[in-house]
Amino acid sequence: MYHIALKMLMGDRGKYLGIVMGLTFASLIMTQQPAIFLGLMTRTFSFISDVGLPDIWVMDSKVQFVDDIKPLQDTELYRVRGISGVEWAMPMYKGMLKARLADGTFQTCIVIGLDDATLIGGPPVMLQGKLEDLRRSDAVIVDIDGAKDKLAKPSATPGGKTKPLQIGDDLELNDRRAIVVGMSKVSRTFQAQPVVYTTYSRAKNYAPRERKLLSFVLVKAKKGQDLAQLTKRIRETTGLAAYTSSEFKDLTYRYFMKNTGIPINFGISVTLGFIVGAAIAGQTFYNFTLENLRQFGVLKAMGTSNWVLLKMILLQAILVGSIGYGLGVGLTALFGYSMRNTILAFRFPWQLLIFSGAGISLICVFAAIISILKVIRLEPAVVFKG
Amino acid sequence: MESNTAVSCRNVVKVYDTGGQKVTALNDIDLEIRMGELMMLVGPSGCGKTTLISVIAGILDQDEGSCEVFGKNLLTLRNHEKLDFRAKNIGFVFQAYNLLPSLTAAENVSVPLIINGMKRVEAERKASQLLEQVGLGERTASLPSQLSGGQQQRVAIARALVHDPRLIVCDEPTSALDHETGHTVMELLKDVALHKDRVLVIVTHDARIFNFADRIAAMDDGHILKVVNSAAQL
Ligand SMILES: Nc1ncnc2c1ncn2[C@@H]1O[C@H](COP(=O)(O)OP(=O)(O)OP(=O)(O)O)[C@@H](O)[C@H]1O
Ligand SMILES: [Mg+2]
Repeated sequence: MYHIALKMLMGDRGKYLGIVMGLTFASLIMTQQPAIFLGLMTRTFSFISDVGLPDIWVMDSKVQFVDDIKPLQDTELYRVRGISGVEWAMPMYKGMLKARLADGTFQTCIVIGLDDATLIGGPPVMLQGKLEDLRRSDAVIVDIDGAKDKLAKPSATPGGKTKPLQIGDDLELNDRRAIVVGMSKVSRTFQAQPVVYTTYSRAKNYAPRERKLLSFVLVKAKKGQDLAQLTKRIRETTGLAAYTSSEFKDLTYRYFMKNTGIPINFGISVTLGFIVGAAIAGQTFYNFTLENLRQFGVLKAMGTSNWVLLKMILLQAILVGSIGYGLGVGLTALFGYSMRNTILAFRFPWQLLIFSGAGISLICVFAAIISILKVIRLEPAVVFKG
Repeated sequence: MESNTAVSCRNVVKVYDTGGQKVTALNDIDLEIRMGELMMLVGPSGCGKTTLISVIAGILDQDEGSCEVFGKNLLTLRNHEKLDFRAKNIGFVFQAYNLLPSLTAAENVSVPLIINGMKRVEAERKASQLLEQVGLGERTASLPSQLSGGQQQRVAIARALVHDPRLIVCDEPTSALDHETGHTVMELLKDVALHKDRVLVIVTHDARIFNFADRIAAMDDGHILKVVNSAAQL
């Protein structure tokens, strides 16, 4: 009977394609939109991932997310270093400073100041030059995307193409000279400004004079230390906030979830995809059953039980569901692959497969149920009706 | 009940209730159909012919009276017993053929066997043999849409026969066909389908095929007026 069910389904090519396309569309929306969403949400904390090395981040207790800088006094660094279980603790400056470009215009940059001795917290990838070059006087490292775009030098001929900022070029940060000694590649964040790395002490010189300039204290725990206990100890000793890297990512991620329209926007498009997909696929599948009602009636008259008819319809639903799901997920993967080198955010963890799979299953079960109800209520005597 | 009685209806009443409006389609029907005979039900449109064969075939429950088919009172059967009874004992032929459009002729004919639990390959082999018998040996792989009306009806007859049922019910089997084709179909039913252990009940309007009947039951307005042996007695 299953063979018959499949033949019934695929016998009507047009309807069959219609159902599959509806489900493909729903599955595409339900996979691709969350993938973009997850990609964007990963960006919120990609700076923390980039820094990588430290186990624990110490900061002002009122900090809500990674870009929310509330500076500390330098003395906090020494207090953290004094806590037992701390292998090392390094200062980090993170702030927005105005750079004056060669053509006299200004561009706000994200300036990261690294511990002068160890340079811990530097960019994840150096494309040109070495991180150690930061030890030269006035040295800075800029990120390649910024160098090519926002920090690019004007063309020699008016109206011509701009030239990327290069090693040896200089900038002015708050009226102080900065010489580019390297190019780095950093992960994209929500902040679109160029990223400029320098040493902590130089960053303090570039920054406007303030009493407090220490953004974070980066801590490495001693081997075998329980991180939960160490963060607790740091909190209690200093009165500051201390998070493990993953806790800090979580904090940042939650902040964006709660305080931006991003989740709602994506939630809406996923829901719409679900509803439209359910409507198209459910409707065409139900119509398909309605049009085949006489065939189901004939099978019923000839002695096929409701139970077998139910299984036949379920099989039809599962088949179109699987194909639609496969195509939708495949198209999403293709989309992600073709967008891999663009600024588009995209992240496709396996959990997403389960999410959209569940969505498609729901649509198919819904479509099958309304069809099955119709067939179960069908009187076999209809077969003699004209 | 004599052993050669195949169908026995007693005081059968069927009332359709459509939104408060009641239509008495069968009004106190008594009818005996014997083993090995071809019984025709004739009468004006709306007199209850289709309703009666639906009751006899076990696809419609009457409201009153009893209908025994091969000694079984269909009304007292449980649901699955009734399905099983139909699957094994009844063959259907319809005016509009009612073949499954995406199945080939052989596949269509094999459906009753598959419903009875036979393996597909075996069922289709048997179906092809039967198609040969009804003169469609060349068309086993054709879809219904590729066949003429007469050919489709022959496929439908093969489907009604394939599982060797004891009762075959036909509702207007020739009305969609021209006279000659209808004649061929009736010959097929009489010669191939009918034998001493089988009953054919055929509902028809078509006076030109009355002479194929062993007996004719004339109906009007939910009643059986008379049962006669030949069209001349109508
Ligand atoms: N499902 C139904 N619901 C309500 N009334 C029905 C239903 N089926 C049949 N009827 C009514 O019952 C009566 C008998 O119908 P039936 O179909 O048995 O007649 P028939 O003799 O087969 O007619 P025809 O020659 O036109 O096919 C008619 O008045 C018809 O309108
Ligand atoms: Mg009728």
